[in-house]
Amino acid sequence: MNKITKYVLYDIIRNRFVMGYTLLLLVIGMSFFSFESDPNKGLLSLLNIILMVVPLVSIIFSTIHFYNSYEFIELMSAQPMSRKAIFLSEYMGVATSLSLAFLVGVGLPTLAFGGGESSLILIMSGFLLTLSFVSLAFLASVITRDKAKGIGLALVIWFYFSLVYDGLVLSILFSFNDYPLEKAMLLLTALNPTDLARIMVLMKMDISALMGFTGAVFQDFFSTNYGLLVAIFILMGWVVLPITIASQIFQRKDL
Amino acid sequence: MIRTEAISKSFGKLNVLRELSVQLEAGRVVAVIGPNGSGKTTFIKTLLGMVIPDRGRVLFNNQTITKQHTYRSQIGYMPQIGHYPVNLKIKQLFEMMIDIRKDATMQLDEDLVAAFQLKALFEKPLGTLSGGTKQKVSAALAFLFNPSVLILDEPTAGLDPLSSEVLKKKIQKEYQKGKLILITSHVMSDLDELATDVLYLQDGSVQFYKTITELKLETGESKLGRVIAQLMSKIPQMS
Repeated sequence: MNKITKYVLYDIIRNRFVMGYTLLLLVIGMSFFSFESDPNKGLLSLLNIILMVVPLVSIIFSTIHFYNSYEFIELMSAQPMSRKAIFLSEYMGVATSLSLAFLVGVGLPTLAFGGGESSLILIMSGFLLTLSFVSLAFLASVITRDKAKGIGLALVIWFYFSLVYDGLVLSILFSFNDYPLEKAMLLLTALNPTDLARIMVLMKMDISALMGFTGAVFQDFFSTNYGLLVAIFILMGWVVLPITIASQIFQRKDL
Repeated sequence: MIRTEAISKSFGKLNVLRELSVQLEAGRVVAVIGPNGSGKTTFIKTLLGMVIPDRGRVLFNNQTITKQHTYRSQIGYMPQIGHYPVNLKIKQLFEMMIDIRKDATMQLDEDLVAAFQLKALFEKPLGTLSGGTKQKVSAALAFLFNPSVLILDEPTAGLDPLSSEVLKKKIQKEYQKGKLILITSHVMSDLDELATDVLYLQDGSVQFYKTITELKLETGESKLGRVIAQLMSKIPQMS
């Protein structure tokens, strides 16, 4: 399987867009830490940027890359290789290159200036977020053969998880604010990889007091190692589930 | 060698293949021709497992190809237009294919790599190549592993006259080794030189499948182009 992955990786690493993405993250990371004297504040600002930029770049780049590689994938499927191996190698190649970009761009400055447990959680959650949105991108790409529709679908997914979902959750909170919703909120958070990543980092930073009673419930759950492990596990589910469904669709698809 | 048994395929409301049954034997060069949209590409893709038929089955050496991939080690495929990862070098593309397909005992067939002088371009990224050079790369890759079946989709389109001759010579050489070669092309003069049989598709089914000698006798024409023109005018056009 990694026979193709290696070469997909060779190809993408020399891609200007991915180089630019790495550089952008590096510049953002460096500047936030040098503007703020308190590394925790730098980390918080960085988190907000990462939660928007990383999912957007991951899902759009991967979708475009998939459609541009379509003829290559076709040629590969005329070789003695199973569809599944071709698809997963392609995924591995794209996911590895974007993760590398993230680890270099955000990981290096965070480890150099931030340090501490919350930095590690930030890197970890950003890394899993990358994998999960590449996974969602591959799902969007196999659903339709039309490139424009595929990219549109990818954008809708990003919009939904980054902007719409929070609005929905807020409106639920307002409509049902007479009821105890703390447990329900935990569940709702798990249904959005971006929120999950956000909560994981915030809870390590002791600022949950700002989030009222819900924050306290979250704090109780996520600040324990058990809670953190559950969160990481669910985020991994957001990586594995979309790509598994996508792979199933791809194996039955006409190229 | 390859047999299709009543394969049907439709994309939405469009029936691209209708109960197509055909037997392709080793030692033949079969020209697959037909008007645009007659199902040639879908037919070829079905043989390669890229398109999965709705009904019917494809047998390769009497084994069904459904959910199989190992049979493809005996097929060399040259696509109509080669699109490769743009930042990959030609050398890396060859390395990758060799990684995937070569086993210890296999002898690589580098005739076309030499004839097209691809070694001199080995360090070039694929994204910088002209269409014709990409065609040469595709051709060289299709023949590289000495497969017993060659499937060539418009092989000479986009090649300069010299390279086109080189490729045709190579096809003839492989034919003499007793391989099965499938060619789709709109260039009748090329097919006249190369093919032994004509498989004519229309609206997703076989209109006729005969040897070229037979066809020439039947129509009294000496050139394949004229033979086909004469036969096409007799076929009632459905749509």
